[in-house]
Amino acid sequence: MSDVVSANASNLIKLKDGVGQIVADDWTWVRIPKATEEVKKQAGKVVLFKLTGDATATAEEIAATDIPAQGRVLVPLAVWLARKDELAARVAAREVGVWVETHELVEDLVASVHDINALPLIAIHVERFADGRIYSAGALLRTRYGYRNELRALGDVLRDQLFFFKRTGFDAFLIRADRSAEDALASLKDFSDPYQAAVDDKRPLWRRHVRSVTA
Amino acid sequence: MYRYDQYDQQIVNERVAQFRDQTRRFLAGELTGDEYKPLRLQNGLYIQRYAPMLRVAVPYGLLNATQVRKLAHIARKYDRGYAHVSTRQNFQYNWPELKDVPDILEELASVEMHAIQTSGNCIRNTTTDQFAGIAPDEVFDPRPLAEIIRQWSTFHPEFALLPRKFKIAVSGTKDDRAVVQMHDIGLEFYRDAAGSLLAKVWVGGGLGRTPILGEVIEEALPWRHLLSYCEAIIRVYNRYGRRDNIYKARIKILVKSLGIAEFKRQVEAEWEHTKEGETTITQEEFDRVAQHFTAPPYATLSDSDAGFEAKRTEEKAFANWVKRNVHGHKVPGYRAVTLSLKTTGVAPGDITDAQLDTVADLADKYSFGELRTTHEQNIVLSDVALTDLYAVWQEAKAAGLATPNIGLITDIICCPGGSFCDLANAKSIPIAESIQRQFDDLDYQHDIGELELNISGCMNSCGHHHVGHIGILGVDKNDEEWYQVSIGGKQGNDASLGAVIGPSFAAEEVAGVVQRLIDVYVENRTPEERFIDTARRLGIAPFKTRVYADRQPAKKEAANV
Ligand code: SF4
Repeated sequence: MSDVVSANASNLIKLKDGVGQIVADDWTWVRIPKATEEVKKQAGKVVLFKLTGDATATAEEIAATDIPAQGRVLVPLAVWLARKDELAARVAAREVGVWVETHELVEDLVASVHDINALPLIAIHVERFADGRIYSAGALLRTRYGYRNELRALGDVLRDQLFFFKRTGFDAFLIRADRSAEDALASLKDFSDPYQAAVDDKRPLWRRHVRSVTA
Repeated sequence: MYRYDQYDQQIVNERVAQFRDQTRRFLAGELTGDEYKPLRLQNGLYIQRYAPMLRVAVPYGLLNATQVRKLAHIARKYDRGYAHVSTRQNFQYNWPELKDVPDILEELASVEMHAIQTSGNCIRNTTTDQFAGIAPDEVFDPRPLAEIIRQWSTFHPEFALLPRKFKIAVSGTKDDRAVVQMHDIGLEFYRDAAGSLLAKVWVGGGLGRTPILGEVIEEALPWRHLLSYCEAIIRVYNRYGRRDNIYKARIKILVKSLGIAEFKRQVEAEWEHTKEGETTITQEEFDRVAQHFTAPPYATLSDSDAGFEAKRTEEKAFANWVKRNVHGHKVPGYRAVTLSLKTTGVAPGDITDAQLDTVADLADKYSFGELRTTHEQNIVLSDVALTDLYAVWQEAKAAGLATPNIGLITDIICCPGGSFCDLANAKSIPIAESIQRQFDDLDYQHDIGELELNISGCMNSCGHHHVGHIGILGVDKNDEEWYQVSIGGKQGNDASLGAVIGPSFAAEEVAGVVQRLIDVYVENRTPEERFIDTARRLGIAPFKTRVYADRQPAKKEAANV
């Protein structure tokens, strides 16, 4: 299980009772080997965002994805959907987590399992900082689909998103490798009493406190 | 107006600290320019052609005198002695230094102001009718709900990084002045036969490169569900709106591609789950916010005044000003006054630090300390007694704020364009000036009557050219600045988008083209027709014929390229 570790050993922050701690990461992040690097062009601009619902990987790429035989594995949604039968025993041993791209639908993951809480870890991968779909994905998993285990943000994860991640239901953040997780901890406290209801506090400010009119 | 409590103040203070640290990290090289960009944009800071531009939020256009004095101070201390009122009712500074911006924000926070979400791909400043709370035709004062929307949208965690910017407008009058059909979400409040407050919800309107009027997604939304319904709309947009192409990323493109029926179905499927949740607005919360918007201590006045009438008969200049710049008020003996920021020779919407101080003084002396910015880029004193109008006029005139041109051809809406904006195809301010000079004669302007002339420096349409009775758009042709002219646009309940009259013009031709459009109108109008009415009745043909009469458009243009 994860223990508090020194700053340079891990870049994973987990919330414990709402407070961030840097902990060891005991999951292997499994990625799909890309056959070719695709560069779509449109209107002279490189397309950086896939549309919601776009396919993530081909059947060959999925089949070619190497899943380590030992330990806890965090597998991509596309691989999970195609190969979950071969992972059944490990799911029962709580060794399988699934990660989802921001353009993929969390509904597809939800539909693929009897009980979403059979997964000890779900992660959402942010390809680019500016992709705010991750926030809706987190909120839906927590509020609509009743997911209670670890919800992790991966990828282009920088400290200035952490407050929003936390509010939309994430409780673990793998800070991008070139940045300090230690520094990032501070951003979890950017705002002490936000206005609106969200996953971390379902009451808007005016239900949390008595707000009186100041003259 | 709304005053901060400890929680509001804490949020803006924490924002200043957060942005100070983000800017520090950027200047220290800990954040790349690309990483800093979405952060600074969410705080209204653009890197412009010559310097950064800072956009300060004026929630639904409401300000008090203390805030205006602070804006004057900032213009003096951190800028070049002036500020600019934008078409979104916000204030802009064109010359601050990046390193000073955290200090500017701290100064703003001290008077309950901020720059939160004034740009970037998030929910922007909610706008409303500039005469909210005082308009004689008001059904419902939309300001409390506009403030409730402001608080809900401020740092909304799920909607921090939308596909594109998102603008909400609220209106509570029969005669829409908030341009609700031109917003991502437009909320038009009304009361049904039983007196219940409902909103007609428009979605997917917007200007920009693909101008579209919004469509009605919901005819009768009970006000309590306002926030959860907006959340459902924006959640669908956040998930399915296009992010691969900036020009197709607004919600209007999603609504068009799904069709309003399917979009509505998805929104309602979403809303089913959240409808009666904690976000439902309670009567108590509404009342708490509404207490801030109670009427000032009006005196009981007669709605006529002999002294005022006498001055109006004696002084034609005063009479002209009253005719154009003074507006009806729901309280007898009071009027709203528009201070014109459209003096010939000054960029539309610009105001100096000294003028800002004067405006603050006028508000304190004559208007209960409150004022408003308008999307036509002027400033309104909302509650002036009829008996004070003459004094206000004299003081405003001395400060260069009494040009009697509100709603006339020289009251031009104009974006900063190529003089400041990085995205511009062409300059817009010098075009505005050339038109103002062409029509400088006041009697002539008054004879032409009501006319909205709007100029944008590029397709982003910050100058709302699509809804100008005459619209002018800067276009780029082989690196030269050209101008496309359209007529027949209009905002309001009967909003329409203008039609382009033909090939574009060089900068020095534009004022002459407008002159010809006006000539056709003056020759053809019936006594009660405004320009827009004549343009709608006749269509563009006679205007086009006159404008292009002595030129072979295609050839002339080719020769110029
Ligand atoms: S319309 Fe274009 S040129 Fe004008 S301010 Fe907007 S982006 Fe800049």
